[in-house]
Amino acid sequence: MAATTPAADTAQKQAITLKVNRKTYKLDVEPRETLLDVLRERLDLTGSKKGCDHGQCGACTVHVDGRTANACLLLAVMQQGREITTIEGIAPGGKTNGQERLHPLQAAFIKHDGLQCGYCTPGQIMSGVAVLRDGHADSPAEIREWMSGNICRCGAYAGIVAAIESVKKGDTIG
Amino acid sequence: MTQVCKTSKAIGGMGHSMKRKEDGRFLQGKGNYVDDIKLDGMLYMDIVRSPYAYAKIKKIDSEAALKVPGVLAVITGRDLEQYNLHWMPTLMSDTQMVLPTDTVMYQAQEVAAIIATSRYAARDGREAVRVEYEVMKPVIDPFKALDPSAPVLRTDKPGKTDNHIWHWEVGDKARTEAVFASADVVVKEQMHIPRIHVASIETCGCVADYSKVNNHLTMYMTTQAPHAIRTVIALVAGHVGLTEEKVRVISPDIGGGFGGKVPVYPGYVIAIAASFLIGKPVKWIEDRSENLQADSFARDYHITAEMAGTKDGKILATRFKVLADHGYTDASANPSKFPTGMFSIATGSYDYGTTFMEADAIYTNKPPGGVAYRCSFRVTEAVHAIERMTDRYALEIGKDPAQLRFDNFIPKEAFPWHSPTGWIYDSGDYEAGLRKAMDAIDYEGLRKEQTEKRAKGELMGIGISTFTEVVGAGPSKDFDILGIKMFDSAEIRVHPTGKAIARFGTKSQGQGHETTYAQIIAEELGIPAENIQIEEGDTDTAPYGLGTYASRSTPTAGAAAAVAARKLRDKARKIAAYLLEVSEDDLEWEPGKFFVKGAPEKSKTIQELVFAAYTNHPQGMEAGFEATHYYDPPNLTFPSGAYICVVDIDKETGEIKVRRFVAIDDCGNIINPMIVQGQVHGGLTQGIAPAMYESLIYDDDGNILNGTLMDYLVPTAVESPNWETGHTITPSPHHPIGAKGVGESPTVGAPPAIANAIVDALSPYGITHLDIPITPFKVWKALKEKGAI
Ligand code: FES
Ligand code: FES
Repeated sequence: MAATTPAADTAQKQAITLKVNRKTYKLDVEPRETLLDVLRERLDLTGSKKGCDHGQCGACTVHVDGRTANACLLLAVMQQGREITTIEGIAPGGKTNGQERLHPLQAAFIKHDGLQCGYCTPGQIMSGVAVLRDGHADSPAEIREWMSGNICRCGAYAGIVAAIESVKKGDTIG
Repeated sequence: MTQVCKTSKAIGGMGHSMKRKEDGRFLQGKGNYVDDIKLDGMLYMDIVRSPYAYAKIKKIDSEAALKVPGVLAVITGRDLEQYNLHWMPTLMSDTQMVLPTDTVMYQAQEVAAIIATSRYAARDGREAVRVEYEVMKPVIDPFKALDPSAPVLRTDKPGKTDNHIWHWEVGDKARTEAVFASADVVVKEQMHIPRIHVASIETCGCVADYSKVNNHLTMYMTTQAPHAIRTVIALVAGHVGLTEEKVRVISPDIGGGFGGKVPVYPGYVIAIAASFLIGKPVKWIEDRSENLQADSFARDYHITAEMAGTKDGKILATRFKVLADHGYTDASANPSKFPTGMFSIATGSYDYGTTFMEADAIYTNKPPGGVAYRCSFRVTEAVHAIERMTDRYALEIGKDPAQLRFDNFIPKEAFPWHSPTGWIYDSGDYEAGLRKAMDAIDYEGLRKEQTEKRAKGELMGIGISTFTEVVGAGPSKDFDILGIKMFDSAEIRVHPTGKAIARFGTKSQGQGHETTYAQIIAEELGIPAENIQIEEGDTDTAPYGLGTYASRSTPTAGAAAAVAARKLRDKARKIAAYLLEVSEDDLEWEPGKFFVKGAPEKSKTIQELVFAAYTNHPQGMEAGFEATHYYDPPNLTFPSGAYICVVDIDKETGEIKVRRFVAIDDCGNIINPMIVQGQVHGGLTQGIAPAMYESLIYDDDGNILNGTLMDYLVPTAVESPNWETGHTITPSPHHPIGAKGVGESPTVGAPPAIANAIVDALSPYGITHLDIPITPFKVWKALKEKGAI
């Protein structure tokens, strides 16, 4: 094994301020660090998942100023002054009967069995919330089209579409 | 037919669509997958990979890499060679390089590893390593691999003079040949079941954490079979001190496995070696392209399929000849005795006299293939062959393919049925399944519509697949992996307050074990499923088991749970007799309590009995309320299904629309209908994938042409049709709860239904077969060649 004492990490760092889930974080990052890596590795917000790192799977979907974005395709240094919301910040907060209160779409995912391994799920929820909010959930076909950036290899699409539809219809979540 | 619930909803035993216990954490982003693990002082590993499919390594220059800030070490095959860790066994007892010392055998093969203080630094280091290669002409086309002019690839094997790995055959050759020679009708097709990729949305990875102080390795790893992996690690690295008691494998949440997370890939071993040498935790996570290009490949069978029959539609014999492209090593995940897995189930759901099957496996310059991608060891290839040929035969004699199936099904009275290749099908009712599917889809109506459309020149097709699966490996007399018998295990501990924890040798990757296992125990013990905690994946705490793949969890570990729970129920009966002062024979069980026959007011709940096991147990009885069972299945289980697919094809563009897809599955008794439906949806989606979209393409130089998710087409919500599902229930007679397993049936059964539908649509133009994936271009080209457009 060719080994060395590593040279100090001299990469140029930049001090930035990020606003994530209504909290402000100050940190030093390299300009090349993606928002996804910064969320996961520095802020310990590991809910956003890495499925491809290339904008091809949707597992890393977050909201930036209310719009969906693939966190793996954004540079953290460019997100200053923006409101970032991740899966950890989507629920209203607080507890009911000792259980964390969920966003209606999270609850609908349980009811309609919209997940299996759970790895794509945070991304699906973030996209689903945006699809509902932006009025693209008028029919199953429309939901499928607008959710097509989020791969679910477990193939839970039927449940995902049903969950989004049910929230759109205002189903009370039982 | 629906599953009858014997327990109340509060208990939540079998048949209840209980909501999944695991959902809460996943939905809140609180799942704990390998890449979410962060340990103090953790280092990161990246891997230099070969750009060539076949080349000699002349030099690896790590000098520049070692100057990259944050880079700590570069590890090569020569380094591992010093510890005799540069080669490792595959699951099929072939050998595989961990890192090469001389030659690379496929594009994207691991060449060297970089260890650094951050993920980014490791990647920088990877870019800085300079490797000089002497490029050689690779063997890519499996049909040319046995040419005398082809280079012998495995020169590491003394005396090897060609690229042949093994020959396998089963059945009655002479009798089959005689039947073929005299049969009125013989049909034949050459088909390829292409190389595909599991593409689980989480790639493979690990954190190897070796402690020099304790000489102990904790391996956090994306593995479907943690116990078997611990044994393999001990076999590979025992000689450097990592004997089995010094190794703990933890498989945390897994983001989809589908068979791709059964084998041991080089990255895992290099990470262990790095942690062992440096004494710090080392994390290795593949990126998506590495995953798609280097591991988790399945299928790649070239099959010459033949069927012989009478003029009026009685199947008489089948013959299958397989050329199996294994890549550069046989790393299939098959039980030892079965080099082609369960391919010999290819006689299908039909009752006929004789078959002959043979296979030859060969080496090529491709990555190791043969993982059992959502399939019980090559069942998918077998089912595709028989179901395609059944339709092909029906087309040849002009008979309706549904009727032809009815005329050939193994009748339900004939079970247990002895297949010509030696399987004993435990149970089935194929006719009921197909009838139900035909009614659900209005088969007669569709055929009428098709006739009308054909008259107008429009392309509409109806495809059927009535398949038999063979899962739940397996009985110890026949089934082992690396010598370890394929039992599985459950350990149940009920605490004094009546709440329980149960641990298993399997490992869920999305199947919902935390819910279904709890339901099995609830069914048997009457303790509410929500009070039963399920734990898997930690070799220090769970009993030994062979893991989750090949739809074996319910048939093996699920059975173990039921048997262990029954042991506890027997103990509860003894305690109840003692407390109620009656004989055991005077007691009757209803879910959740024992009561005295004829005096139901005299009863004890299971919770009271468990409490007594700790506080007031009969003299001479062992205290506590725990049981373990290692279940060795007496036979495999044989789920079946009847699928019908309807497609409309645009003649001008070849575009295929799946209009309807009805799937009637028979997986025996159902533990959780909601979870079964989810499994079926998922399996169907992974069935349409290879039928219409997915296959890995290599050029003549062995370059993979679609190694990203941009080019490898995984179905999204748009490509997935609206699946219509239903059931027939034929319980397995030998399984303690009559269940059979379901996760893979749809992946196995769907591709031929889709292919049959497409070929049915095109058959008026003389098209008899198309290889999957059937793309619009393939359809358009075939129509063009036949002069249809
Ligand atoms: S990880 Fe960002 S899209 Fe896949
Ligand atoms: S739940 Fe596994 S990828 Fe969607």
